[in-house]
Amino acid sequence: MELTPQNKSNEQLPESIEAGDKERWASLIGGGAMVLMGLRQRSLRGVLMAVAGGGLLYQGAKKQSTLKQAQEAIGLNQPIKVEKTVTINKPAAELYSYWHDFAKLPTFMKHLESVTVIDSKKSHWVAKAPLDTNVEWDAEIIQERENELIAWASAEDADIENSGFVRFKPAPDNRGTEVKVVLEYNPPGGAIASAVAKLFGEEPEQQIGDDLRRFKQLMETGEIATTEGQSSGRE
Amino acid sequence: MKAVCWEGTTKVEVKNVPDPKILNPRDAIIKITSTAICGSDLHLYDGYVPTMQKGDILGHEFMGEVVELGSAVKNVQIGDRVVVPFTISCGNCFFCNRDLWSLCDNSNPNAWIAEKIMGHSPSGLFGYSHMLGGYAGGQAEYARVPFADVGLFKIPDGLSDDQVLFLTDIFPTGYMAAENCDIKPGDTVAIWGCGPVGQFAIRSAYMLGADRVIAIDRVPERLQMAKEQGKAEVLNYEEVDVGEALKEMTGGRGPDACMDAVGMEAHGTGLEGFYDEAKQALRLETDRPTALRQVIVACRKGGTVSIPGVYGGFIDKMPMGAAMNKALTMKMGQTHVHRYLKPLLEHIQNGDIDPSFVITHSMKLEDAPKGYEIFKHKKDNCIKVVLKP
Ligand SMILES: [Zn+2]
Ligand SMILES: [Zn+2]
Repeated sequence: MELTPQNKSNEQLPESIEAGDKERWASLIGGGAMVLMGLRQRSLRGVLMAVAGGGLLYQGAKKQSTLKQAQEAIGLNQPIKVEKTVTINKPAAELYSYWHDFAKLPTFMKHLESVTVIDSKKSHWVAKAPLDTNVEWDAEIIQERENELIAWASAEDADIENSGFVRFKPAPDNRGTEVKVVLEYNPPGGAIASAVAKLFGEEPEQQIGDDLRRFKQLMETGEIATTEGQSSGRE
Repeated sequence: MKAVCWEGTTKVEVKNVPDPKILNPRDAIIKITSTAICGSDLHLYDGYVPTMQKGDILGHEFMGEVVELGSAVKNVQIGDRVVVPFTISCGNCFFCNRDLWSLCDNSNPNAWIAEKIMGHSPSGLFGYSHMLGGYAGGQAEYARVPFADVGLFKIPDGLSDDQVLFLTDIFPTGYMAAENCDIKPGDTVAIWGCGPVGQFAIRSAYMLGADRVIAIDRVPERLQMAKEQGKAEVLNYEEVDVGEALKEMTGGRGPDACMDAVGMEAHGTGLEGFYDEAKQALRLETDRPTALRQVIVACRKGGTVSIPGVYGGFIDKMPMGAAMNKALTMKMGQTHVHRYLKPLLEHIQNGDIDPSFVITHSMKLEDAPKGYEIFKHKKDNCIKVVLKP
């Protein structure tokens, strides 16, 4: 495939990320540098793989991945990346342990039907899709640091290839914890394209923002604010 | 149950709707004994607040008796008589912990809409558009109260509904507006708007030590109440040039603090008034800032501007040059109602104030459409309407 200079960086692969880059990303994910501009140019998945090191090898992180082929087939060469941060008035340890139990994620991630924990690394995700269908994938934790970071990626054959990390960083002056989610997914073509549109909403930033807001509500107040099911003159 | 529903611009209907249900563990259901129509309800009534939907239940000033409690509410009992702050606050977030209740992070399920307009979302409010939560209001026989363990305020025996109902909004709102004036001994406070909030602001300014209060309006019975019961000096802005009059009354200095208790539907005079009304009608600006402009220009150098009047969106032709060059301090915000419940109840119990003075009309819930009509047009000397379900 011919690469134009503009999108060349999109095709950068972990193998070609220089050592300096790896360090930069490692410090970023660890909570050091806050410059996320790089994420707009590079694959988060690739970066996560690079940071995780050679321990886990994913096809998707390699050249000629099915992902890349699919993108070429439907003319998309840009994975969708979303980042959102919220400050939660609770200690990092409490937030980390709730999030780390993936089975609990559907309590505040509205589009998820269920997450089944298979073992300490693997989990199976089922997301709601239109017309009573579901989208499913397996995911694996590719990096975790207690009370600081959880990074995950879907398995190679996932309906929607996605990866992300959540980072917990103490806010200044005991103001709780800054929780940052960075997520990347690849819009597939064909029948499940509309399912994906529904899954992350037309504005994925808002969808992730709302998920995070519900997480904050649940952690701070013990419940999620709602008006669903209240009385009105419409019924 | 019966409830007052917004059915479109200048159209409210009392409809039969389903009874409210407990939806969350910290909810309570209140059987409402008294509820009021507020000046800010008129902004909804007149269609100036976006994100209203047909069938929304109105009302944010209400009180009653607890009839049902969610599993997590332990500090209130069924049968307790309570007032309900119009701001919905969780009691757990950064802002609630700092006594900034109307800025609660967790009570607006539609925060994303508010964020698009304002950058951040304030707290949810009862019966005040979907942008601010879309919560069903309290002009009804029953209401669901979220975060009831921090939102319900128990009323001791011996006080009537009419004496305590306004703890829900207009008394704390007037009081906080006066507090925001940063009153020092010898100060003169000028208050634009002698509606219910303005009336409470006048009394609160005196309670906080103001030397003089000058109240500005055009409605004769409001000016009369401000003068006779509130002991304010009054100006009718249709009769005098308010800015010049205030200068003359304050030795040329201008009032030490100036308050805009009018908000988005201010009536202007002359060309400027026409300009704002036309722009608002064409939806080119969301608010008419006539009063706010006057407040800024009239305030003395180094003085304080306090804004309890409701603004919803964007305004233009603001005299920022005056504000900056005169080094004004501007203070504003929805009321942190929870902060004032206890101290203001004490003022009522001590007999410092009987908030029922502001009520001119008491009617049945079914008569709400008539209530809105006479309140909007200030017919029949109307200042404040209370509805009894
Ligand atoms: Zn009100
Ligand atoms: Zn709060």
